[in-house]
Amino acid sequence: MSRTGWESLTTRSQGLELVAAFEHMFDTRGMLHAAALSPDLLEQVGVTTLTRADDVGSAVLPVPEALGSLFPEGGLRRGSTITVNGSSSLVVALLAQTSKRPGWCAEVGSPLIGSAAAAEAGVVLERFVRVAEPGEQWASVVASLLEAFDLVVVHPPRRASQGDMRRLTTRARERSAVLLVAGAWEGAMVNLSVTAQQWHGLGAGHGYLQSREVEVQALGRGAAARPRTANVWLPGVGGVVSSAHESAA
Amino acid sequence: MAVWCPDWPVIAAGGSADQPGAVLQAGRIFACSAAARLDGVRRGQRRRDAQSRCPELTIYADDPSRDARMFEPVAESVEALVPGIEIVRAGLIVVAARGAARYYKGELPLLAKVSTTVADETGYDVQLGLADGSFTATQAAYVAQIVPPGSSAEFLAPQPIRALDRPDLADLLNRLGVHTLGDFAVLPRADVLARFGPDAAYAHDLAHGFEARPPSARKAPPDLAVEMTLDPPVDRVDTATFVAKALAEQLHERLAARGLACIRISIEARTESGEQLARSWRHGGISTAGFSASAIADRTRWQLDGWLSGTIRSHDGRPTGGMVFLRLLPDEVVPDAGRQLSLWGSDFAGVGAVGDSEQIERALARVQGMLGPDAVVTAVVGGGRELTEQVRLVPWGEPREVLPGDSCPWPGRLPSPSPATVLAAPRAALVTDADGSVVEVDGRLAVSAPPGFLRIESRPPVEIVGWAGPWPLEVRWWDHATARRRARFQFTTADGAGWLVSFEAGNWLVEACYD
Repeated sequence: MSRTGWESLTTRSQGLELVAAFEHMFDTRGMLHAAALSPDLLEQVGVTTLTRADDVGSAVLPVPEALGSLFPEGGLRRGSTITVNGSSSLVVALLAQTSKRPGWCAEVGSPLIGSAAAAEAGVVLERFVRVAEPGEQWASVVASLLEAFDLVVVHPPRRASQGDMRRLTTRARERSAVLLVAGAWEGAMVNLSVTAQQWHGLGAGHGYLQSREVEVQALGRGAAARPRTANVWLPGVGGVVSSAHESAA
Repeated sequence: MAVWCPDWPVIAAGGSADQPGAVLQAGRIFACSAAARLDGVRRGQRRRDAQSRCPELTIYADDPSRDARMFEPVAESVEALVPGIEIVRAGLIVVAARGAARYYKGELPLLAKVSTTVADETGYDVQLGLADGSFTATQAAYVAQIVPPGSSAEFLAPQPIRALDRPDLADLLNRLGVHTLGDFAVLPRADVLARFGPDAAYAHDLAHGFEARPPSARKAPPDLAVEMTLDPPVDRVDTATFVAKALAEQLHERLAARGLACIRISIEARTESGEQLARSWRHGGISTAGFSASAIADRTRWQLDGWLSGTIRSHDGRPTGGMVFLRLLPDEVVPDAGRQLSLWGSDFAGVGAVGDSEQIERALARVQGMLGPDAVVTAVVGGGRELTEQVRLVPWGEPREVLPGDSCPWPGRLPSPSPATVLAAPRAALVTDADGSVVEVDGRLAVSAPPGFLRIESRPPVEIVGWAGPWPLEVRWWDHATARRRARFQFTTADGAGWLVSFEAGNWLVEACYD
């Protein structure tokens, strides 16, 4: 919640000391949990409910602007499960902003996303923790990571059971984390796939791979039911992810 | 109370007070014995000057770990008399003495007891000082004096300003005409803070005689290590868990008794067949608090588990026999400041604990417990020409070191963007020209025909629409075992995908995919 909002609340309060105490708390933590305060106290300051859901700023993890149009909320809604098919660089682009925020991201399963590519996309590698070979315990590992991380990238094994998927989707929702699946998954909120791509920079025996145009399609459930497509440079020249309007949809 | 061993570095190095000796640090005298001081040797002098004043001067090399190790018996014998000692540095102990003074029926009897006991047990001379705070007590120990309660400021007033052990500040104050702690103490504290900063304000407090020592990390002397001989040898994980737990608790208690917390621990073991195994564990970088007893036990257990079961790919390899000896060594310790959970912690169910650093540490510790410490990594992108060489995976909790080569230019490296999927093991491929015959690259980097089709393993071939190369890569030609000579290509195929493919010794390999 914003600072101005908080000040308007304080004008309604009675005790100045109380205000001072809250101000101090605000300074140290930057965030107020309604659950931390007794109901009496809340009534006194005129706050009835103040939950995470009100806090739109942190309920959605930001993504590059060009990819925002793929999601109903303009970003990765906390608690949701999203699949990405056929492009590791799309996964990297989706988690880069969260990583810079600064948030914590994790990756479970192999093949691990290329670290150099991740770093180029802006992912902060020291806050991007990887578990390449979770083996039989992959579901428990993902569940543990969802407890604490903002975003967890999963490469599900072939034998992943529907029960595991359902449990992990629920866990992500409970813990307000984003589960980003590189592969197929039951019950995902949004399914992203690369439907067309075109690399630029390579000729017949000369040049090098420089930039790529991709068409990303989003299919989903609920608020995301309407199919959406976006044409983006992934990456553009200089590594920036940007919108590619000129190309045909 | 302060217990001070005069000229400790010299004494620890094997010198004595009546023989001229000095310890040299970075070419200058760091400490000298009383006999050397009589001849005019001073701290901070150059070796040449010192030797010209005192030709028979014995010079010792500086070795802080030796100082700490030799000091341990002194610390132990003081601790036996007055519990709760704090070693300020090797050669200087401070300890709260109020209770002990009551026990020994007075301050003088206490001091007498300490100095005779230390002299009897270790053979070293100590000088003692008693005062309200540890700084004042230390100054009192230098002159062997008891400062009565409440008169610290009075005692400190005539001391020179360099007693604060802040050379820059002392130099500045001397030039401003402030020569003693008394002169310094009369300055208004607010002005000192405004003009010289918080450290000087702290020094100002010291000059007044009140204090709280700021924390600092230091190397632990090896005597803090705990060890256990295992008979019969341990060769099963569950037995090892028991041992680890007992040993970890012992270590933690030992550290806690000295008011220390460990931020880096070495686990060392010896097997029946005489193999030495060692591994260091560092406390995760986020928190400054040290390991708890259970965290030490966990790490020890993981390590033993790793060594014994061989499920974890350890650089040391799997031991051939059971373990006969185990040792835990705290490499680095910090004063234990305790651990304060945040007041408005995000532990409330439903609100979400996402992003909290302690939760992160706990979650990762859990995963490390499941899979072994090396399974959880973060990547460091460093130097190197090959894709796999560029990335170092560092186990969680180990320092993410930057190597000298990381920031150097690496000619021959692929230009950015880097491939988002790097195959752990390259896949066999076949590149054919338009007629279906295999494309080859000769020793002079001539391509036999323009690449036409790419076939990866047994998948159907796809048409190559763009290609660049060959880019030669010859690494480690000086070493037969690891030398590799390859020609690299970038391909784009008709389906829009980009590939990094290399030709090595007659074979085509797909190294990475730009997906």
